[in-house]
Amino acid sequence: MSHNSCIAVGGIMHGLVNRSIECFVRDTYGQMAWEDVARCAGLEPATFESMLHYDDRLTHAVLEAISQRLNKPREAVLEDVGTYLVTHSNTKAIRRLLRFSGDSFGDFLASLDDLPERVKLAVPDLEFPRLELEERGNGQFCLWVRGAHAEFIWVICGAMRALADDYGALVLMEGHDPVGGTDGFIELHLAALSFAEGNAFSLGAGGAN
Amino acid sequence: MALPRLDAQALMGAALLAPAALDRLMPMHLQIAADGHVVHVGPTLGQVSPVPLEGLGFKALMGVLQPRGIQDLAGLRAADGGQVRFRLATEPEIPMKGLCVPTHDGGALLNLSFGYAVTSAVEHFHLTCGDFACTDLTIEMLFLIEAKSAAQEEQRKLNMRLQGDKQRAEAEALSDGLTGLANRRAFDAALMRCIENGAPFAVMQIDLDFFKAVNDTLGHAAGDAVLAKVAAVLKKETRASDLVARVGGDEFSILFVRFVDVGSLLDVAGRMIAHIEEPLPFGNQACEISASIGIAVAQGAHSDTAADLVHKADTALYASKFAGRRQATIYSQGLEEEVARNAADLPLPRQ
Repeated sequence: MSHNSCIAVGGIMHGLVNRSIECFVRDTYGQMAWEDVARCAGLEPATFESMLHYDDRLTHAVLEAISQRLNKPREAVLEDVGTYLVTHSNTKAIRRLLRFSGDSFGDFLASLDDLPERVKLAVPDLEFPRLELEERGNGQFCLWVRGAHAEFIWVICGAMRALADDYGALVLMEGHDPVGGTDGFIELHLAALSFAEGNAFSLGAGGAN
Repeated sequence: MALPRLDAQALMGAALLAPAALDRLMPMHLQIAADGHVVHVGPTLGQVSPVPLEGLGFKALMGVLQPRGIQDLAGLRAADGGQVRFRLATEPEIPMKGLCVPTHDGGALLNLSFGYAVTSAVEHFHLTCGDFACTDLTIEMLFLIEAKSAAQEEQRKLNMRLQGDKQRAEAEALSDGLTGLANRRAFDAALMRCIENGAPFAVMQIDLDFFKAVNDTLGHAAGDAVLAKVAAVLKKETRASDLVARVGGDEFSILFVRFVDVGSLLDVAGRMIAHIEEPLPFGNQACEISASIGIAVAQGAHSDTAADLVHKADTALYASKFAGRRQATIYSQGLEEEVARNAADLPLPRQ
């Protein structure tokens, strides 16, 4: 696994991304931990608004602070953010929106190419990387993550692990940062589509699942 | 190159699909035979209905909402491609809409949809992604509804936070937006501080005379210009250490810290009135006003509360008004009774 973080200087980051990171820290490690992180990163006031835009250097500073405080590599932090987004009760809207892709993890994989379009429908100003799923046979896939904010690859990785669990599929994944001129990608091995009983999902808006 | 001629029979043959294929294309369709009975039901529609629809006749099947004339299979066939809105007799809670085409065997094929009732229908019938053809945009629409609701909820929360911040900022603001002087809130806080630290000080209450007339005859812009001029006069006649506040529409209050000489205070008040009375040109008119002033002095180690002092200064202000306005009065003991007597004889005339 290569850990070559790409830092875009002077770009913008959607508040929703920053807010997700903030909520991840607060809901997982507590308010005190978040306040430490915010202080360390020079975030004043110590909160992000999900509907505003921020300088992405702030996002990187916050990620760096979390990484130091939790003593975890930034990639692992981002993966945890992805898992949090799909599994935590405070963010269940996201899991629901992702489950609209289909009734099986296979349907979900097949719909990944459309994910940026779906994200755009939900939040038109959120810059989301392009996704391309390449099927390599024998349950092997490669998901290319192209374009802005290479860090997304780790969040997607974490979210996909959690979603595989949610569908009851057994999937092995390995993320690869972009290196040189090559886009980042995630290697997937779909070992079993129905490995365990998945969580229920009903389309009905506001449904419990 | 001549294209082969396709006759009606060939076209119909090409359109003939196995029921299973029709089910996949249109999981919410139903086929009605020439005798008016349902012969086939798509899988999702079958799931939605609490009783089997197969074998039902037109009347037992549906109540048509629009177009109202449709009462039998012939009517349905005549709708030919038009929209039909109805309720299934077996599920009257959910309005549906459908596209009806006549079939060559004398029957009809009806492809249904939930229309605007889709969100409640999906919830009610526990439908899943697999219940809709992938060309059907229902799933995308449900996704969009839920995504937009979530985004709107975030937006609503942001608005509430901003609204709270705004109210807090306004409540915490200490200055008057129009004149830049301190506001009542700042004045009250400063008065409390003066009383607590025990140093001698004076409270001056200033009320403009004839201001309402300027506002009424020359307009609010003239009124605002007058207020700005008065603020400038008051600032000029006080020291930086004094606090000048606009506490009401045309009411001002001043705290003179460690300045309690009655003669000097009356001199200052007199100069203020004189400057305030200087006509202020506004357009080709002149704004002419004056001021009445009341002063209360607190001589260190105070037993008076803030309310007592303000009351005394107000009493002195009333005394100035009753004495004919355009003057200043220092509060002295017994002034309340005098003012009360005046008020009984002659109610304070409105400006």
